[in-house]
Amino acid sequence: MAEITVDAREYDALFEDLGCRLYLDAQIDIPPDVRQGLRDAMARESHPIARGIFHTILQAIDVSDRKHTLVCQDTGIPIFWITIGRGVVVDGTRMLDALRRGVERATVETPIRSSIVSPIGRENRQTSSGEGIPVFHVEFSGEIDHIDITMMPKGSGSESMSFLKMLLPADGVDGIKKFVLETCVGAGGRPCPPTIIGVGIGGSSDVCVTLAKKATLRPVGERHPDPKIAALELELLEAINSTGIGPMGLGGDTTALDLHVETAWTHITLNPVAVNMQCWRGERRRARVYSGGRVEIGY
Amino acid sequence: MEYRLPTPLDEGAVRALRVGDAVTLDGVVWGIRDATLIRIFDGGQAPPAELRGGALLHVAPNVRRSSVAPSGYEPTTVGTTTSMRMDRFTEGLLRDHGVRAIIGKGGLSDASSAALARYGGVYLAIVGGAASVETEQVEAIEHVYWEDLMPECLWQFRVRAFGPLTVAMDASGASIYRDVAARARQRLADVYARLGLRDAP
Repeated sequence: MAEITVDAREYDALFEDLGCRLYLDAQIDIPPDVRQGLRDAMARESHPIARGIFHTILQAIDVSDRKHTLVCQDTGIPIFWITIGRGVVVDGTRMLDALRRGVERATVETPIRSSIVSPIGRENRQTSSGEGIPVFHVEFSGEIDHIDITMMPKGSGSESMSFLKMLLPADGVDGIKKFVLETCVGAGGRPCPPTIIGVGIGGSSDVCVTLAKKATLRPVGERHPDPKIAALELELLEAINSTGIGPMGLGGDTTALDLHVETAWTHITLNPVAVNMQCWRGERRRARVYSGGRVEIGY
Repeated sequence: MEYRLPTPLDEGAVRALRVGDAVTLDGVVWGIRDATLIRIFDGGQAPPAELRGGALLHVAPNVRRSSVAPSGYEPTTVGTTTSMRMDRFTEGLLRDHGVRAIIGKGGLSDASSAALARYGGVYLAIVGGAASVETEQVEAIEHVYWEDLMPECLWQFRVRAFGPLTVAMDASGASIYRDVAARARQRLADVYARLGLRDAP
């Protein structure tokens, strides 16, 4: 049994601190794979305006490293992806409550902008939280023996570019490809390209959309383990970049840093596809919480 | 071409700018966004400051209260938001208030492009998401008008070497966004052929 910790107060403090730290650090420190992807794209770029944009992007990352400030002003929707490993004993309710308090503390104490409002009255509690926010995706895995928590602060420029289509089986994989290409060209400069594109294929509608968003968490340059899906990823990525939309939609060789596909089986009559985009910052921060409360922080 | 321009902007200097030029501004940049513009145009309230010759920024500010700043606020992270949300206010800003430049990300519509040509204005593209750089170029928040709209007030930012900004839509009616979109459509047809997809766009 991997019991995370026994003392309730310690337990609360552990996860609250994690919620606070992950939410802030994700907005300050860009993941190394994203940095590398941006540097590689800048080296390949042939358009002068696009090269200038890459220069400013890398400068923004550098300023935030030095001054420990947010890279972007959009503090986003706080989203946690939590995987609970085999044999882990955890009070899930307490853990989620503590993570939420951590996000609220980060917002109030730093302070940073609370980007969260109620959907009809547009009321802002100034805490980056509200009904249903932070978003928690919780799943279980037999492949790990710890708790894996990945925080994604999702900015609205890219989140606005989210699409679902319930295609027909007769539309086939070609229909999926067309949908992905059309949505990416239609999005133009709005999601702050070069983006990381997530594509969900299969499942029910809710699963499909979730897969698309989860796909944007995979590090830049990492391919799907299934060679057929990996080939589809590269084919679509190359096709999107050949359209020349470029950084910020002002033209250039790189419109997407990467494209990731995640799949689930679906109904015989369905062929669902979803697209979700992440802006060039590819913000994410991860913690692994082990037995006894030991924590490893990564990306 | 690269230009360094002081504000308020001179009409001739703005009309001379062409898409692809780089502009760096010194002086005052006015931060506005949804609620500010809704109050001016839908609420019928005159702007509380003179915007003639002005450079407006579609801003998303994180600020902190300050006892030493004259406005009572200092910038923590000042960034730029998506312009298309505020697209319908473009013509009114140019026609009624003499605005010469709108700074934002993602671009404006063809209708706004026509208005820029008619009244002599430009759209200057900033690098979205690079707010940490932008914040370093804001020297001070000089004044905050309509504080009740916080954070969607009218912000008077004192800027130094603000940019480089790309002239993405100019006063001759040219728009990089329109050109890039048209080229992307053409190239998409090639992609469809290459991948053997039917019903090319």
